[in-house]
Amino acid sequence: MPHQQIKFYQAGSFVAGNRLLPPEERSVQARMDRSNSLTSGHRACQGCGEALGARYVLDAAMRATEGKLIAANATGCLEVFSTPYPESSWRLPWIHSLFGNAPAVGTGVAAALRAKGREDVRVIAQGGDGGTVDIGFACLSGLFERGDDVLYVCYDNEAYMNTGVQRSGATPPAARTSTTKPVGPEPGNAFGQGKNVPLIAMAHEIPYVATATVAELRDLEYKVERAMEIRGPRYIHVFVPCPFGWGSASRDTIRLARLVKETGLFPVFEAVNGEVVGVSKIRRPVPVEEYLKLQRRYAHLFGDDPRDDVIARLQELADRNIRRFGLLTDAPESAGLPGHAGDAADAPPAGVEGESNLMRMLAETHRGAQ
Amino acid sequence: MSSKPFAITLDVGSSLANKTGSWRTERAVYVDRMPPCNHACPAGENIQGWLYEAEEGGDGYERAWRRLVEDNPFPAIMGRVCYHPCESACNRGQLDEAVGIHSVERFLGDEAIRRGWRLERAAEPSGKRVLVVGAGPSGLSAAYHLARLGHDVTIHESGPMAGGMMRFGIPRYRLPRDVLDAEVQRILDLGVRLELDKKVTDVESAMREGGFDAAFLAVGAHLSKRAYIPAGESAHVLDAVSLLRSMEEGEPPRLGRRVAVYGGGNTAMDVARTARRLGAEEAVVVYRRTRERMPAHDFEVEEAEEEGVLMRWLSTIKEAGDGRIVVERMQLDESGFPQPTGELEELEADSVVLALGQDTDLSLLDGVSGIEVEDGVVKVGPDMMTGHEGIFAGGDMVPDERTVTVGVGHGKRAARHIDGWLRAAPYDPGPRPELASFDMLNTWYYADAPRTEQPMLEAARRQGTFDEVVAGLDDANALFEARRCLSCGNCFSCDNCYGVCPDNAVLKLGEPGERYAIDLDYCKGCGICVAECPSGAIRMEPETI
Repeated sequence: MPHQQIKFYQAGSFVAGNRLLPPEERSVQARMDRSNSLTSGHRACQGCGEALGARYVLDAAMRATEGKLIAANATGCLEVFSTPYPESSWRLPWIHSLFGNAPAVGTGVAAALRAKGREDVRVIAQGGDGGTVDIGFACLSGLFERGDDVLYVCYDNEAYMNTGVQRSGATPPAARTSTTKPVGPEPGNAFGQGKNVPLIAMAHEIPYVATATVAELRDLEYKVERAMEIRGPRYIHVFVPCPFGWGSASRDTIRLARLVKETGLFPVFEAVNGEVVGVSKIRRPVPVEEYLKLQRRYAHLFGDDPRDDVIARLQELADRNIRRFGLLTDAPESAGLPGHAGDAADAPPAGVEGESNLMRMLAETHRGAQ
Repeated sequence: MSSKPFAITLDVGSSLANKTGSWRTERAVYVDRMPPCNHACPAGENIQGWLYEAEEGGDGYERAWRRLVEDNPFPAIMGRVCYHPCESACNRGQLDEAVGIHSVERFLGDEAIRRGWRLERAAEPSGKRVLVVGAGPSGLSAAYHLARLGHDVTIHESGPMAGGMMRFGIPRYRLPRDVLDAEVQRILDLGVRLELDKKVTDVESAMREGGFDAAFLAVGAHLSKRAYIPAGESAHVLDAVSLLRSMEEGEPPRLGRRVAVYGGGNTAMDVARTARRLGAEEAVVVYRRTRERMPAHDFEVEEAEEEGVLMRWLSTIKEAGDGRIVVERMQLDESGFPQPTGELEELEADSVVLALGQDTDLSLLDGVSGIEVEDGVVKVGPDMMTGHEGIFAGGDMVPDERTVTVGVGHGKRAARHIDGWLRAAPYDPGPRPELASFDMLNTWYYADAPRTEQPMLEAARRQGTFDEVVAGLDDANALFEARRCLSCGNCFSCDNCYGVCPDNAVLKLGEPGERYAIDLDYCKGCGICVAECPSGAIRMEPETI
């Protein structure tokens, strides 16, 4: 991927800046003139991954649009910690309405701009996983279907943190939340439920879908910039660890985001028009335990009565992602990925075949999670 | 009626009014830790500091060289002959392979010679005169540093040329003489006076006669240790120091077709390799213990073996004469000491070279009050001063490891203390910072410098790292190698802390090198910047309330 092509020894594309790189090759976050779209004084917990992810995304989008940007926000942590009346941490035009309607508000803002002939001003709608995966899901699907010119960003911390860590449709199997207790033969959240919204977004065949984490800043910034080059509905799903809800150390936020990708539990990829066009390879493979044991929401899998069987099932999910998305090898086994671009030469003409691939993949996602 | 719009009674304010720093129980603090390479360097070089400059390439090389020579005036020599304890300590060794520090150092040294970079005096003349006895690495190093500190320095050297063991002990194939001459000349160009063939026999009278305020003695250890070997009249037995010395002065001796070298140190390897170069068909090193217990460095043994030098472990020479020697097999006892077995064997050898270590000639100190000699070397304090006020000593004549680098380090340390003593302002190096250990690093952030992706550079890098007989690095390889430095314990302006703070509480103060500050108004003390600092240059400290 273009953002990874900086060949440089000592520290290349991994750190934010680096004095040895020409200024234009440093990340947006390394700039003294970054917009700090979400500024200091917000009331997010120590080590909040969502606050970090939101600044990463919006600063990159502000730079890509030269500051012509409006954000619509769903209810959730991101809204609550940033705007306790009358204070605001936002340094861009920002609107909040309801929990479930952020995509629709984004649509409305885009429509108003179109009506005013201000299509140079771009729109981002954003929310947490609860507002995206569950409560705002219909509005999101509608946004995709209508083809509105909105980038929707989901900051996924895998539960409803703001209201007390209740399970969401993005909560992973076996995780403890206040509504999925670590008791019984199947402790924590059930296997086989929940939604993979990036794949569902791809099924809408929208121009651009990507996943990212707060651990790979350059990858995230690249994806935001690329999304802002495209008109129409776009979706970016950012993995943002939550020290409070996950029971992890506040200093480990980025480490967890790094590990979730390195284990294969969260595949980082991008897709254009429903086709996966690139994946972030695993650099230093690690077993899922390395990721799980840093979080108290998985503590019931370890300790005096370890649940190796459950850990093995989680490892299977990671291994399956590694296989399906080709996260380890240079030549991904792309079978099962919707019309993977790498197959283009050998594959039958796109269209029908691509669609059937997609359907197969969605079916597998469902099966595999059980 | 409110003039505000519907449902608004307060002006919108920025969250900057909310000083979230009050949540904090720990704060992030920027630190500078001691890199393991610097810590290990016997010459006290700021290795990480000069690598930092070299990483820029171009003009950075001269800045790197200037930073290097603040501590050591011999980069081109060091890069060839130093046993580089820095590389053994390098944290990158635990990641893939240690940074080839010596090869970059050699590159910088060679660049300096090629481009004619010159040294400068750093201080105003002090009006003080210092006598340096011996123009070996330690004496030259002391002279250099003393001259830079503003003192008037004269070196008295008993031999016909400067360099000491760098010339008379280290063979040319490890240290070309034009390199040695160039780096010595640069010191003399600072105004250091060198008087050759001037042996000091009585240091106190030499100081009196010359009007010197202080003296630094570094006469080295040039007397070969002898072992009693019954030898026939026709036996050809000589010692390592004389042999290596004669390579520099006049005729090399005739050694014959088969040469036995007695001893297991680096000098024994040098002699054996020199013998091969002089045409000996067979050079065999006879050593009483095993390879593991041999004092010679591994790479010297390997290079010697590559050149066809034979090794005979667990053997002593009982007798020498008429084209043969008699060796006795030894075996190690429980304490690892070799004990004779009585098994004898005869080997063909036209000559025997003794490389059993060296003693130092301390006659110049006879009758000087306060001097303490133990095990044939002069005792000195941590300030390198002998028991006699104003007389300092270093190098091979004081108790320490006998290497060029250690000698250079002694010279530097002595010069700083002599300067302090002369100015009645004792030199205080200050406390050493905490060592930057591997576990303080976040190595995720360092680019892999793998063989597979850079085959060309990698091959060249190995060439530079492992085989000093081969030419040094070129510009591109040196840059690559310098950039493998992890900058352990010190900020290298990667902007990561500035990027990763969820609260924008890391302030970037300016251009690279101008560093960062923590905005304590908003720092919540989460510790992400500490966890994600690649080089371990930030620490969490508890708040005192």
